Amino acid sequence: MSSTPQVSPMARIEQRTVVDMISRGKRIDERSLTDYRDLKIEVGIIEKANGSAQVFLGKTKVMVGVKVETGDPFPDTPNEGILTVNAELVPLASPSFEPGPPDENSIELARVVDRGLRESKAIDLESLCIQAGKKVFVVFVDVYVLDHDGNLIDASAIASLAALLNTRMSDYEIRDGEVVHKPGYKPLPIRNRPITVTIGKIGSSLVVDPCLEEEQVMSARLTAAIDDNGRVCAMQKGGMEGLTIEEVKTAVQIVSKKADEIRAKILETTS
Amino acid sequence: MFQQKRPETLIDSNGSRVDGRKLDQLRQIKLEIGILDKANGSAYVEQGKNRILVAVYGPREAHPKHIALPDRAVVRCRYHMAPFSTEERKSPAPSRREMELSKVIREALEPATLSENYPRTTIDIFIEVLQSDGGTRCAAITGASLALADAGIPMKSLVSACAVGKIEGQIALDLSDLEDKYGEADMPVALMPSFNTITLIQMDGSFTQDEFAKALDMAVESCNQIHEMQKTALKEKYLSIKEEVEEKEESGGTAE
Repeated sequence: MSSTPQVSPMARIEQRTVVDMISRGKRIDERSLTDYRDLKIEVGIIEKANGSAQVFLGKTKVMVGVKVETGDPFPDTPNEGILTVNAELVPLASPSFEPGPPDENSIELARVVDRGLRESKAIDLESLCIQAGKKVFVVFVDVYVLDHDGNLIDASAIASLAALLNTRMSDYEIRDGEVVHKPGYKPLPIRNRPITVTIGKIGSSLVVDPCLEEEQVMSARLTAAIDDNGRVCAMQKGGMEGLTIEEVKTAVQIVSKKADEIRAKILETTS
Repeated sequence: MFQQKRPETLIDSNGSRVDGRKLDQLRQIKLEIGILDKANGSAYVEQGKNRILVAVYGPREAHPKHIALPDRAVVRCRYHMAPFSTEERKSPAPSRREMELSKVIREALEPATLSENYPRTTIDIFIEVLQSDGGTRCAAITGASLALADAGIPMKSLVSACAVGKIEGQIALDLSDLEDKYGEADMPVALMPSFNTITLIQMDGSFTQDEFAKALDMAVESCNQIHEMQKTALKEKYLSIKEEVEEKEESGGTAE
């Protein structure tokens, strides 16, 4: 069951400062309303994973590891490999994270990242079929939030894409219906690179990439994923209040402008 | 049981869809309120083959006590699908999808609810999908806002919801399960019609910027249409009570 979240632990006076500054077009970390925080991407940091990436978005830190294994296909898609995204809000990342089974926030996070990758057809799942109806490759994307300073959705989506672009799976051949690994590696069949950008609504302003303090005062957020062709491929609204129709349209326009910037940055570090 | 196969075409040469609807046509909607005895408020929604039951309990004392908030009611929401609601039996344990939907449905309803009026209490919204046929979260929101109203919980506005999608390259309203499965996009939208405020928007698939704007306008228009149906459903309950009372008065001869 989903419950109203507890009130923010931030002092009222601090909350007011954040809101006041934004109403004057300024932010506590001196960004403009449409600036993204500094983005740093490292790839290939976990040798045991098929692909990995760590993203620093301001002080937010997210690591993603990709494992490729073989498994049974889903009965309704016998010719397709499987993509699964899971997110862990690791307790060391924030005083508000607790150990235990995934809560609604980590499930939402994983499902929004999943939606962007799946709906843009980022991975050519059909080419991950080994034997139709019997054996396929399963791509596990595990999102590990290590430090929570706001906007986990974007940081996780960027890290997931970077890790997938970094993924090398071992080459294989099929002998008597069994998968036999051959020496050598090949990249995953990546066909699209969706970029996810989140906009927060604070007062009556829209801000790009809200940091933690801003998240605690924002009334709503809108996340959209834009694919290589500039198409919108996934969206998710969150938060305790609503957005006007105009705000939704404006937000999507801002997102598609920002997405190109971020895509260029990812390709720069992963290529 | 019926098995859904991919039809040859989702839109025929006359522009009508698999179930005979036009692109901008809603499915048949039936809304009823006050149909459960024990709940403080309840609603039943039929939209195409969707059958959804919503109950609202509260505002009531928070249990366990520590979940209570000092300045507002805690709104809790559970979206759940019955095991027999889908083609293949769905395990009754809550799935990740149901957990996400419970969250987004709560967030769609909370902006409309004046929960500040009831500090230290809970308002519980229970949604049971008895049969699903695409667009259940929207039908659930439409029903839940009626159930909240039926429970007498003050609200800024009703919340009306409707999905828009894309099938065979064309923007289409209120996708059925089949159309969602084989279509190219689906975008559920919830609106507080009195404020023109969107309280839920999700999307999956592929829209160009123009298609997105067009789809959003179409969704808003049909949310307004659904809003009218919701108001009628609310009035009907009280009109029927009024009629009942009047009949009694007439037969008793005490009418003024």
